Amino acid sequence: MNIVACVKQVPDTEAQIKVKADGTGIEEGGIKWVMNPYDEYGVEEALKLKEKLGGEVTVVSVGPARAMETIRTALAMGADKGIHIDDAALNNADAFTVASALCAAVKSLSCDVVFCGQRAIDDDSGQVGAILAELLGVPQVTMATKMELADNVAKVTKSIEGAQVVMEVQLPCVITTTKGLNEPRYASLPGIMKAKKKPVDVKTGADFGVSAELKAQVVKVLPPPARPPGKVLKADDTPEGKAAELAKALREEAKVI
Amino acid sequence: MGNGVFFVAEQRDGALRKVSFELASTARKLADALGVEACGIICGSGVSGLAADLGKYGADKVFVVDNAALEPYTTSAHTQAVATVAKDNGAVILLLAASAQGKDLSARLVGKLATGMASDCTEVRIDGGKLVATRPMYSGKCFGEVVIAGSPQMASLRPNVFTAVESGKAGAVTSVNVAIEPGKVKVLEVVKEASGKVDVTEANVIVSGGRGMKDAAGFAVLEELAGVLGGAVGASRAAVDAGWRAQSDQVGQTGKVVSPNLYIACGISGAIQHLAGMSSSKYIVAVNKDAEAPIFARADYGIVDDLFKVVPALTAECKKLVG
Ligand SMILES: Cc1cc2nc3c(=O)[nH]c(=O)nc-3n(C[C@H](O)[C@H](O)[C@H](O)COP(=O)(O)OP(=O)(O)OC[C@H]3O[C@@H](n4cnc5c(N)ncnc54)[C@H](O)[C@@H]3O)c2cc1C
Repeated sequence: MNIVACVKQVPDTEAQIKVKADGTGIEEGGIKWVMNPYDEYGVEEALKLKEKLGGEVTVVSVGPARAMETIRTALAMGADKGIHIDDAALNNADAFTVASALCAAVKSLSCDVVFCGQRAIDDDSGQVGAILAELLGVPQVTMATKMELADNVAKVTKSIEGAQVVMEVQLPCVITTTKGLNEPRYASLPGIMKAKKKPVDVKTGADFGVSAELKAQVVKVLPPPARPPGKVLKADDTPEGKAAELAKALREEAKVI
Repeated sequence: MGNGVFFVAEQRDGALRKVSFELASTARKLADALGVEACGIICGSGVSGLAADLGKYGADKVFVVDNAALEPYTTSAHTQAVATVAKDNGAVILLLAASAQGKDLSARLVGKLATGMASDCTEVRIDGGKLVATRPMYSGKCFGEVVIAGSPQMASLRPNVFTAVESGKAGAVTSVNVAIEPGKVKVLEVVKEASGKVDVTEANVIVSGGRGMKDAAGFAVLEELAGVLGGAVGASRAAVDAGWRAQSDQVGQTGKVVSPNLYIACGISGAIQHLAGMSSSKYIVAVNKDAEAPIFARADYGIVDDLFKVVPALTAECKKLVG
């Protein structure tokens, strides 16, 4: 079984995000970079499949030089090798371009299952996995919360509003992963040592015949709209008094009940 | 031929989802700004009867692809249907819902149509004849304005953010035949959660609980308040990871992103990862006994007190008001 897990390096969820004064992006100074949390579920599921069925796990990442740390993290968790597509021209690429680069990398391997996080928590686009599936010409299941594999068929569960859908999907396929699927492991110390020696191929977009011809472009980044300061309700200084004051405010001021 | 603003209406079990009307009215606005038609697409089996309702919310035309292969929903079948209708009828803009199904379908369509999309938008407008979409990035810590160079210009809209406006016109209905190739995904089962339960992404009111609820039984007071307000019960990750609530109720970075009119956070501290899921709510209320809890910095109204005293009292007050 050959498995690919796509990973992206993103700001830690705790990171303060400051918009550049000219609105062209965010200030990257001081940010702690981590593996996208949704990608961790993909790496974990890939490793579980490998442990059960044998085979090899390749991690693929599109990103600047620092993305190598995230590839090493996946290798330390247990993945076998990596492909790092490091190309300044692809740094602010759109989903279609990134998926095209990943598609070329995946095609350079022969692969049964590709995992992607359901979205990356930086641009929050949530498109790459499905575009990749389309470009590869394979089926997809997005936002998987459960997966079992037997005889080249995966049984996958995803949740939609108010229901769980159980599907059977033929391999090869792309699965996008979300919370609930598994508990990602931490890299062990021996894992971290071993990861240093595992092979990582560094490629450019040109190596894969991909150029950044943007179809979607973020033209301006803005700070979130300011929220007016809230009110702390204190009527009577009793729970009942405060509750009554709140109900009245929601009814008469906010008009939401 | 034609150059309309298209939208994909979402239906389930033969009924249109609320977000479909939000899409119709938003397409109407964009179409008016461009001086073109607003066109709906409905895919499914036995769904022709749903078309008229979209007209009421602003669609000039509704294309119905009625085919047994479109039920139950699979990505492949719906991608073929929507891509064919959009291409054959010259869609310049294509809008979908950023719902579970819409996210799955829209991203596949981006690949199929080789274009670009702004996902999970909270605002869309026309500027210089082009779509300009505003969307939260970095979990709402900033916003991006996106333009699409590809065609059609695609955007998915966050449910509950855009207003559905009834205009009282009937749209012209066109039936379209699309040959659907069989796909490689088979739906085995759709397991529905408790009937009558509103999903947090679709609720107008959410009463959410965190670690402060103490245990699963603690949520009963929230269920009661939500019942009176016609809302849904949400949860923080702490409450979900403790096994008190289902994963599908989790709000936040690794849960759902919600935009109700009213979000009442009870016993939730307001960690940045929780705020990531609910900061686009129109009104936020916090009930927490710790006056220093970060949730108060985001709340429009705050009550510093024991939630087990405040929430039942609030339920009683709301009963009086709502009747
Ligand atoms: C990668 C990552 C992703 C994450 N994703 C999410 C996510 O999607 N959603 C999410 O919610 N969190 C998420 N978290 C976790 C987040 O950091 C917090 O740990 C979590 O939100 C805390 O939940 P809480 O507010 O319920 O609990 P706590 O922070 O423990 O807060 C409990 C609050 O209850 C109050 N309280 C206790 N008893 C009472 C009472 N009787 N009356 C009134 N108030 C009371 C306390 O004062 C306290 O403020 C994520 C974390 C990481 C690292």
